[in-house]
Amino acid sequence: MGPMVWISALICIFGLLVKFILIIKEVYEKERYLLSYITVRHSLRSIIAWLIPFYPRSTRMRPVYYGISYLFHVLLFLLPVFLMSHIVLINESFNLSWPAMNDTAADILTIGVIFALVFFVLRRRFIPDVRFLTSFMDYILILMVLLPFVTGFLAYHQVILYKWIVIAHVLSGEVLLIVIPFSRFSHMITAPLTRAYTGSEFGNIRHARDW
Amino acid sequence: MSGNETISIEKSTDDAVENGLSRLTPQRVSHVINQVLHQETGARFKAYVDTCMRCGLCSDACSYFLSNDRDPSFSPAAKVKQTIWEMLAKKGKVSKDFLRRAVHIAHLECNVCRRCSMYCPFGIDIAYMMLLVRRICHKLEITPQYIQDTVNSHSVTMNQMWVKEDEWIDTLQWQEEDGREEFEDLRIPLDKQGVDIMYSVIAPEPKFQAGLIYQAAVIMHAAGMNWTMPASPGWDNSNMAMFTGDNEISGRIARTFFESAARLNVKRIVMGECGHAFRSTYDVGNRALSWAMPPFEVVHAIEFYHELLTAGRISIKKKFTKRVTLHDPCNVSRGRGLHNMARKIVNMTCSNFTEMTPNKEHNLCCGAGGGVVNCGPPYKKERMVNNRVKAEQLAATGAEVLIAPCHNCHSGLEDIIHHYKLNMEVKFLGDILFETMEKKIYRPEE
Ligand code: SF4
Ligand code: SF4
Repeated sequence: MGPMVWISALICIFGLLVKFILIIKEVYEKERYLLSYITVRHSLRSIIAWLIPFYPRSTRMRPVYYGISYLFHVLLFLLPVFLMSHIVLINESFNLSWPAMNDTAADILTIGVIFALVFFVLRRRFIPDVRFLTSFMDYILILMVLLPFVTGFLAYHQVILYKWIVIAHVLSGEVLLIVIPFSRFSHMITAPLTRAYTGSEFGNIRHARDW
Repeated sequence: MSGNETISIEKSTDDAVENGLSRLTPQRVSHVINQVLHQETGARFKAYVDTCMRCGLCSDACSYFLSNDRDPSFSPAAKVKQTIWEMLAKKGKVSKDFLRRAVHIAHLECNVCRRCSMYCPFGIDIAYMMLLVRRICHKLEITPQYIQDTVNSHSVTMNQMWVKEDEWIDTLQWQEEDGREEFEDLRIPLDKQGVDIMYSVIAPEPKFQAGLIYQAAVIMHAAGMNWTMPASPGWDNSNMAMFTGDNEISGRIARTFFESAARLNVKRIVMGECGHAFRSTYDVGNRALSWAMPPFEVVHAIEFYHELLTAGRISIKKKFTKRVTLHDPCNVSRGRGLHNMARKIVNMTCSNFTEMTPNKEHNLCCGAGGGVVNCGPPYKKERMVNNRVKAEQLAATGAEVLIAPCHNCHSGLEDIIHHYKLNMEVKFLGDILFETMEKKIYRPEE
C-alpha cells in the first residue's frame, strides 16, 4: 500500500482540524457575542436529542428517508473501520489491530450503503422539493461516496479486473478523504457546531425545545 | 413537476420596491450585497451555507410550503437558494428581477418564525438568513412601502404609528377617566418614579385599541400593583426596524425603550400581549445594544397574568364557558417557552378548552408575523393563500373562541378567519381574564 493513503487520511484529519480552528478563530474575531449564548448543557441536550432516532418531530415526518439516512451514516463509519481487509493493512503498517466484522455481514452492509446512495439519487430526482434544491454538485458528492463502496464490493468478490478495481478502490477512497474538509462533507464537524448554537439559543435564551 | 417551475399565485409588488429598483445601479447592488454577506456576517453564516446538505427536511416546517401544496419554491432551504446562494455564486452581481423576487421572498414568504430551525437536523437558522436578505434590501432601499412607513414613524416619533406625544397622554387620561367611572380610585400613573413595574404597549393600542389599555389598568388596579407608564417617547415596545434589517434604527428604538425604564427607575418591565415586541425587547434589541440579556427583567403578559393568578392577586369569579382553543404565538412559545404557562391560564379561566395540533414549540405561525402583515394591503391576498394550513388547523378544533396572546397573531388570525369563513372570535388572554375576574381590589390580609 502506497503512502498516498496515509497522506490523504492526514489531509482529511488535519483539514477538518484546521477548519474547526478557523471557525472558532473567526467567531472570536467577528462574533464573539455568540459565545455568551452557547452553553455546554444546551448544546449537548440538542445534539443528543437529534442523535436519538425518530425523536425529533421532523424525523418522524419523513421516516423512510430519515431511517435510511441514519443507518447510512452509521455504516459509513463502521464499515471501513471494521472491515477485515482494512484492519489487516493497518496491522501490516502500524502493528495495530482490533476485532473485525464478519465478512458476509460486511458484504451485505456494503450493499446496504450502495442502496442507500441509489435511494438518495432517486430522491433527488423525484421528490419535488429536494429536486428543487439539488444541483449537479450534489450528484458528484454522492458519486464520490458511491465509488469506494462499489469498487470495494467488486474487489472483494474479485468479479473482473481485480487489479484495476483495487487501484480504483484505493484511489476513490483517497479522493473522498481529501475532499472531505473542502466540501460540504465537512458537515461532520460543522453540523455539531450549528446544532450546538441553535440548541443553546433555544434552550438557554428561549427556554424552548428545538427538536 | 419540474424543479424550477414558477409559482402560480400572483406576486405583488409596490411603489416603494419599484421606485427603489429603478434607482439601483449594478455597482451599488454588488457592493451592498458583498458588504452585508462578507463584512456583516462571520463563521456562523458560512457554516449555515456550507453545512446545508439540501436534504429538504426543513420543508415540512414551513406553513408556506404546506399551504401551497408542497410547492418546492416555498421550502425554507429553497428560499435561501433563491436568494443567498445565488448572491454568493454571482458575487453580488444580480439582476433587478432577481432582487424583486428576493424582496418578495424575504419580506412576504417568510415569517422569520424559526420553525424550520427545529426541523433541520443541523439547526440551520434560515430566519437569520432571510433577515440578512432584508438587511440587503434595506441598504438598497427596496423595502416594501407599508413596513418602511412604520420604520419611518419609529425614527421620527419612537413609536410605530405616528402617535404624537400629546395624543398618547390624552389617550391614557381618557382611559383613566373611563376607568374611574367603574372604579373610584383607578389610576394610570404617568411617569411615576421608583415604582415596581413599567407597563408598555405597542403603538396600535393607543391608536386603535385603547380599550386594551383600559383593561390592563383594571387588572393592575384589581391586583393592587405599583406601576406606571412613561409619558414621553420610549413607551412603545414594538420595533419594526428589526424586521426590515434597519439595525441602526432598531438599536435606537431599543435604547429609548430601556432608557425610559431606567429613567423611571422601575424594577421590571411588563408588556402587553405582543409577540414581536417581546422578541424585540427580550432577544433582539438588547443585543443591538450589546447587552447579552435585557438590562431589565422583561415580563410578557402571559407570565404576568400567570403570576397574578397563582399569587392570588386576582381571582376568577366565573369561568368562561364557550369552547376555546389557544394559538401559541411563535415569539413567546418557540421564542420564550411560555406555552405551558399560557395553557395554565386558559385552564384557570376557561372550562372548555380544546388543543389545536401541532402546538407549543411546534405551532404554525399565524402568517402575519415577522413583519409580513406590516407589508400591508398589496399583499393581503397572497398572505391568505399562504396560510391555508392555519385555517385548516383552526377549523379542526371546532372552537368558538380563539385565544391568541399576541397582537400580530390577532391581525393575522382575524384575516384568516374572515377569508376562510371560519366563524370564530379572536380574543386576547387579557380579554378572557377581564371577563372572568373578580374586579374587587386586592388586599393581602383578606
Ligand atoms: S422561518 Fe418560518 S416562515 Fe420562514 S422559512 Fe422558516 S418555517 Fe418558513
Ligand atoms: S433541513 Fe437543513 S440541511 Fe436540509 S435542506 Fe433544509 S436547511 Fe438544508
